[in-house]
Amino acid sequence: MDAFVLQVLNGLDKGGAYALIALGLTLVFGTLGVVNFAHGALFMLGAFCAVTFNLLLNLSERVEDPNITAFTAYIDQPYLETWLGDFGTQLMDYSVPLSILFTIPVMLAIGLAMERGLIRFFYKRSHAEQILVTFGLAIVLQEIIKSFFGANPIPVSAPDTFVGTAAIGSLIGLGEGVAYPYWRLIYLAFSIVVIAAVFSFLRFTTYGMVVRAGMADRETVGLLGINIQRRFTVVFGLAAIVAGLAGALYTPILPPDYHMGMDFLVLSFVVVVVGGMGSLGGAVAAGFLLGILQSFASMNEVKDLFPGIDQIIIYLVAVVVLLLRPRGLMGRKGVMET
Amino acid sequence: MMITRSPRHDMMMIGVFALVVLTMPIWLAPFGAAYPDLLQKFVIFGIMAVGYNILFGLTGYLSFGHAAFLGVGSYSAVWMFKLFTMNVIPAVIIGTLMAGVFAVVIGYVCLRRSGIYFSILTLALAQMCYNLAYSVLTPITNGETGLQIRPTDPRIIDAMFLEPTERVPTTTLFGIDMTGYGGFYFCAVALIITFFISVRIFRSPFGLKLRAIKSNQNRLNYTGINTRPYLLIAFVISGMYAGLAGSLLAVTDPLAGAERMQWTASGEIVLMTILGGAGTLFGPILGAWIIKYFENIFSAFNDGRLHEIFSFLPDTLESIAVGISAQFVGEGWHLTLGLMFMLIVIFLPGGLIEGFNRIVARLRPGQARRRAPAVEEKEAS
Repeated sequence: MDAFVLQVLNGLDKGGAYALIALGLTLVFGTLGVVNFAHGALFMLGAFCAVTFNLLLNLSERVEDPNITAFTAYIDQPYLETWLGDFGTQLMDYSVPLSILFTIPVMLAIGLAMERGLIRFFYKRSHAEQILVTFGLAIVLQEIIKSFFGANPIPVSAPDTFVGTAAIGSLIGLGEGVAYPYWRLIYLAFSIVVIAAVFSFLRFTTYGMVVRAGMADRETVGLLGINIQRRFTVVFGLAAIVAGLAGALYTPILPPDYHMGMDFLVLSFVVVVVGGMGSLGGAVAAGFLLGILQSFASMNEVKDLFPGIDQIIIYLVAVVVLLLRPRGLMGRKGVMET
Repeated sequence: MMITRSPRHDMMMIGVFALVVLTMPIWLAPFGAAYPDLLQKFVIFGIMAVGYNILFGLTGYLSFGHAAFLGVGSYSAVWMFKLFTMNVIPAVIIGTLMAGVFAVVIGYVCLRRSGIYFSILTLALAQMCYNLAYSVLTPITNGETGLQIRPTDPRIIDAMFLEPTERVPTTTLFGIDMTGYGGFYFCAVALIITFFISVRIFRSPFGLKLRAIKSNQNRLNYTGINTRPYLLIAFVISGMYAGLAGSLLAVTDPLAGAERMQWTASGEIVLMTILGGAGTLFGPILGAWIIKYFENIFSAFNDGRLHEIFSFLPDTLESIAVGISAQFVGEGWHLTLGLMFMLIVIFLPGGLIEGFNRIVARLRPGQARRRAPAVEEKEAS
């Protein structure tokens, strides 16, 4: 039972990342009708926003070390500590959560620039061409990041308070065996909050209502005198923010490198397709489902039974779902029925 | 328009093509590309692109999993070398057939869906093959190290006829060494044969059906034609081409690694086809040559070379120019590749062949003038 709960938890935080990326993918697809292969690159850019923010906070000047008097030694004195004292140290410690504030405007800008600069010319083109051009864009973005940050993963640490594991087991009465890293729990909670925020934005605000109306019948909404194009562009920016946030907070779990976007992209596409193209709920459900399935498949007991299952489980599920339920788990009729 | 061309015209075209391919070592010398390694890559990826074009160019089905067939071909060929003989003929045949078997299975599953679902399914299955090659199938694929030939391999047939040697044997074609120019000419002959087959497919009623699938599959279904067998045949043929290319890679360099099956490798094949012009006969080959050529040239550049090139500029300008262009060469070759990909898809969806045709149309005003009144007449009536 302990092992079971642990695997579910393990799957949930990875599933959270899948769900967030897949949510943005399917949102863009549902509104603009564009298949965005560069969405994984947005996730990666978000992670590097956190890295950049961390570097910015740690900007330091070289000063003489007062503790060593025998010879002149130098230490790096961060400006933040000089200016703000202990509060500055705290700020630096909390660089990852604070990077949210930095990531949101940056990703919004990137998303809007991408949509206005490239994607809008591809509304009317075939899906194959959309895939190809965004695939090219993804390569370009990841190579740019590579030339700035190098090819090696860059470790970013979570705040000291959240390092270590939470004894969830004793908390809910399951035994001591169930312990889980704090940061992963926070990531899970965070992804749920973001998903809830996106859903309530679409469900409960007038803006979101118009967007949903546009998804259902773009022409009629346009005829009612609403500039639906502008709203869809904003939705693209929103999707970029969601992917970016997912990446930024994922950095303590997985040190970001330039090709992490591609790795997650393939999986997120599978998630979207399993959930049903254009279905938001399906994307979220499938994200968590596949995350959990993957973590179950990597249990030793299962691996002994079916060797190699952990490597292929997601793809296997995708193939089976697509063959049995061609529209995915929650796909609607008439979406992508070519 | 293309279909009405006479068989005689086709034979001439293939003859010219054969001449061009076989004389590559001569006419590529001024470009600094006339060495066996690169020439082999040119022809092998030419085969790959020709095969991919039969699927993507004719039917419009965008497969993101062709690298898997390439890998299967390579692995089977190397296993033939290890187990039976270093002669390349059985290796190539088995490599192609194995890829064909895989293509039947994968194609049968994937072709139940179309459009983006087809792309995702091929991607998923190819990733599955790649992951399996890396993990569970290590006894067959030798995992990360890659499959290599060792002096201690059994090689049953060779052991019957040849003296056993201590060193690692090279691939041969009945005694002709297949690693240098010999390998190039072997692959070149394969490319010419496969190109001939592809021309025949393009001109055949079967090719016409594939085009019909691309332009309007629904209409074809309404006329009572079941499109799936045609699609499956096209998929298997292009998979076998990829398997052939993979086994030829193993022929010229008897080593097979899983990285050949990664989905970025599939992306490169797609790019070759698009760059040259999907659906045209020569386009994909041209694209493969251009990409392999620039990959080779660009990744060999370094800062010293760049300083030489920009040495005519004043010092500050020179360092700026070098700094900027250094991002695009050497390690940054992929950046150039990505940009090229985007520019081609945005501005020249028909590929280089389309661009070439446009230029030709510009240069021949007579034809354009002759065509223009015809349009006006149509509009008037």
